Amino acid sequence: MSPDLVPLLGQAFGETVFMVLITLAVGGVCGLALGLGLYLTRPGNLLEHRGVFAVLNVAVNVVRPIPFIIFLVALGPVTRAVVGTTIGTGAFTFAMCVMASFVFARLVEQNLVSIDPGVIEAARAMGASPLRIVRTVVVPEALSPLILGYTFLFVGVLDMSAIAGYLGAGGLGDFAIVYGYRQYDWALTALVVVIIIVVVQLVQWLGNGLARRALRR
Amino acid sequence: MSHPLLSFRDAVKEFPARGRGRRRGAPVRAVDGVTLDIDAGEVFGVIGYSGAGKSTLVRLANALETTTAGSVVVDGTDLTGLSEAQLRPVRAGIGMIFQQFNLLASRTVAGNVAYPLEVAGWPRADRDARVRELLDFVGIGDKADVHPARLSGGQKQRVGIARALATSPRLLLADEATSALDPETTADVLALLQRVNRELGITVVVITHEMEVVRSICHRVAVMEAGRVVELGDAYRVFSAPEHPVTRRFVASALRDVPSSAVLARLRERHPGRIVTARIDEVSGSSAQVTRVLAEHGVDGTIVFGGITELAERPYGSLTVELVGHDAAVHAALDGLRAATTVVDHGTATRPAAEGSDR
Ligand SMILES: Nc1ncnc2c1ncn2[C@@H]1O[C@H](COP(=O)(O)OP(=O)(O)OP(=O)(O)O)[C@@H](O)[C@H]1O
Ligand SMILES: [Mg+2]
Repeated sequence: MSPDLVPLLGQAFGETVFMVLITLAVGGVCGLALGLGLYLTRPGNLLEHRGVFAVLNVAVNVVRPIPFIIFLVALGPVTRAVVGTTIGTGAFTFAMCVMASFVFARLVEQNLVSIDPGVIEAARAMGASPLRIVRTVVVPEALSPLILGYTFLFVGVLDMSAIAGYLGAGGLGDFAIVYGYRQYDWALTALVVVIIIVVVQLVQWLGNGLARRALRR
Repeated sequence: MSHPLLSFRDAVKEFPARGRGRRRGAPVRAVDGVTLDIDAGEVFGVIGYSGAGKSTLVRLANALETTTAGSVVVDGTDLTGLSEAQLRPVRAGIGMIFQQFNLLASRTVAGNVAYPLEVAGWPRADRDARVRELLDFVGIGDKADVHPARLSGGQKQRVGIARALATSPRLLLADEATSALDPETTADVLALLQRVNRELGITVVVITHEMEVVRSICHRVAVMEAGRVVELGDAYRVFSAPEHPVTRRFVASALRDVPSSAVLARLRERHPGRIVTARIDEVSGSSAQVTRVLAEHGVDGTIVFGGITELAERPYGSLTVELVGHDAAVHAALDGLRAATTVVDHGTATRPAAEGSDR
């Protein structure tokens, strides 16, 4: 690898970190909210509401399976309305945030349905309000799987960021293709792959550790 | 007279039919017109087989479910028509314990017991002191910082009881609180519930399908079947003189002091004489009376089956005795026994009586 590529690689790494962190933050919060909404409004649950549940459920089912590269294009009008443009890091990050929210929503819901309804019943019997039950029972009881789900989301977001990067948002994926793949520089491509693997491993290790700690009882 | 602590008036709870379209079943009337008064200070039992509607009935009492018709009044407050927000303080004022304990796995024992205090808005320092007091009361003061996963079933239920008592409720509801425990632990937990009633003056409603629970701690009992109360009264009366077939089944299954036909067949192989079963209870007769009658008529009575236990702290059971003596003496003794208590005559091996074959 020629030395003048080093700052470019650094910049690409920075762009990826930026996209991934923003997406994880926004997608994490929105996905948690959506997932809680799905869980709570599900028939038989705390805030049972057929209409709301049906809408959320369909929305998640429709969005989640769309390949990200197609979603990115399809979301164009919305992106333009919100961000003002459909290209550039901001626009792509917006699309990633939306996708990540829907993906995480399902992960959250799947982890919450495994909570023993008995403990929620007990909290209700003690006079706790639904909001308090979410805060003090639902989330703490499912914290460990939620952390693992969030770690899983990270890998998905990293994947999305590579696609977004290639389409113009920059980042590691773009760098690997432009300077590695296109230049037949396999060593460079391999280097980027190794960097990604190391980052994923580190994050997975961190997530597993936190999840185990949350489960220590 | 003071008003009852908990009363149901023609209470009905109907669950909508499950499924949709053609597969839609009929709605389920889990509680079907129950009228019941539970007085302050008593231990009240609700017994019935699975699906009888017991859980639904207690869930009406602390407003986890609302009535479809009729009313539920707790400590003077009619729950009918109250909003969800208005029901929350009512629930907070009633303790509840569960078959599966329902403890928060993410909190320590102390954290679990503190939960209702947090809901009630207690300041932290007061909470800590109260939690310690409660854990000492239920006998697990040393387990405060342990997570529930490390406790035995009996210890978990003690945590459940401490948690239910935290806000000093006047009423404690126990839904199958001992059904997941072994017999010895069950006895410990029942003794604790009895202390809760006696020392703290808390009214306890226990839901169970085990006669043993009613036998050991209940003052009064309601027997439920298909959403209705089919028999109600003093626990001793209900079990010493059961009227409804469901109650009879419970009594027979719990005490097992009356020989079944298989047992009787075996008894006859070993005891050729006349076999009779005499009821021993406060209402009909004591074992001293049985002994006296047999002695008066010069008949030997060998106890071959049965036993006497306590029901609501009073003697209860039956003795199956082989009577040996002259025919006339045995006849006279049998008449004497009949005058003193309820007697089932099984006859002899060669001439069995039909009388005893209904159980
Ligand atoms: N949420 C519900 N929705 C529909 N039907 C219900 C619901 N809860 C209870 N039922 C039905 O109501 C009837 C009474 O149930 P309940 O749980 O009160 O019985 P139980 O006497 O407590 O039985 P068990 O001893 O098995 O706990 C049952 O037929 C049950 O299927
Ligand atoms: Mg039940």
